[in-house]
Amino acid sequence: MKTADIIVIGAGTAGLTAAIYGQRAGRHVLLLEEGIYGGQIVNTPEIENYPGIQQISGFQFAMNLYEQATALGAELETGKAVEIIENDGQKIVRTETAEYGCGAVIIATGAKNRKLGIEGEEALVGRGISYCAACDGAFYKDKTVAVVGGGNTALGDADYLANGCRQVYLIHRREEFRGDASLAERLKQRENVTCILNAVVTDLQAGERLEKITVQNVVSKERQEISVDGLFVAIGQVPENQAFANLAALDDQGYIIAGEDCKTKTPGVYAAGDCRTKEVRQLTTAAADGAVAALAACTRV
Amino acid sequence: MAVLHVTKDNFEAEVLHADKPVLVDFWAAWCGPCQMVGPLVDQLSEEMDSVKFVKVNVSEQPELAGKYGVENIPTFLLIQNGEVIRTEVGALPKPALKQMLEENRKMVE
Repeated sequence: MKTADIIVIGAGTAGLTAAIYGQRAGRHVLLLEEGIYGGQIVNTPEIENYPGIQQISGFQFAMNLYEQATALGAELETGKAVEIIENDGQKIVRTETAEYGCGAVIIATGAKNRKLGIEGEEALVGRGISYCAACDGAFYKDKTVAVVGGGNTALGDADYLANGCRQVYLIHRREEFRGDASLAERLKQRENVTCILNAVVTDLQAGERLEKITVQNVVSKERQEISVDGLFVAIGQVPENQAFANLAALDDQGYIIAGEDCKTKTPGVYAAGDCRTKEVRQLTTAAADGAVAALAACTRV
Repeated sequence: MAVLHVTKDNFEAEVLHADKPVLVDFWAAWCGPCQMVGPLVDQLSEEMDSVKFVKVNVSEQPELAGKYGVENIPTFLLIQNGEVIRTEVGALPKPALKQMLEENRKMVE
């Protein structure tokens, strides 16, 4: 069994920062990442709110973090952590194919795009459904698209897509948008943006690709079909921590209950970044958690 | 072998008439996940001789993206004897990409 002083689950901003702090403190840190390292920030075209850096792309930021962590000696392995077991004070992290031993675990699993949860959604990713307007918006130039969501991401996506698309429908399940009022107001003024409020997408119709969506008003229950070429889903994030619920208590949304000290209910198990209960989920807060969790972990190993 | 950047003009010769399976990486400079996975494809091209690796920049080659129905990037197509035999949408870590290519080889053998 491979061992390390500290195992970090997830190689996004929190996890990579934890690796940097752990390695600099002379501990060997192993990162376990199920996908591509970098985390959610990779999808962000421009970061303009990270102190000390005026502007940087999300990709470049993530690459810098990764290179900084690995240059210090942090190791990264690909694998999805499915269980943490306590064994005589030591922790064992199991992935689908391997086991790793360590003295402390930092859970930095972040959050994933929330899915609509309707039939056909998964199969249509790449054939009309997308979760990243910045990545895929350009394929819908002069086409008709719908955006689902009411927060800043959805509003920003609709605004961005309206620059190139013929028509943008913005569908939100409530009466009012949750995102910035000024942005919402600007969208309402745009000629090729139509807001459909109090409404949810209930069905997807597709041949080779997505063709139509069915939208239902949640008050009147009236349904309408809309022909679209693309559907951009921006209804927030969901954490994925169920596998660790034995050692780290979760709130009703699935976030790990831990305070600013990143300590979970189990000594030696920490939660850092977006996967933790917190008010503000930003790059800065993820990085801060990574540092706090790593230094706390260093006191045990 | 180095990764070849192909265009609509040499796609047929380099991809459809290639003498081994070809992994086509559809990417663009504006796409963060594409930039993350790009270097991994470069690494694999140095490690695997059984597969040819090419990249298509969708902003410069919209016809190719359109022809293969690519709407999300990165998208990976595995093309053999001119036919698409596997499609993967989204950034895959290196072991998953490698596994996809090795599974194909086993299938053929």
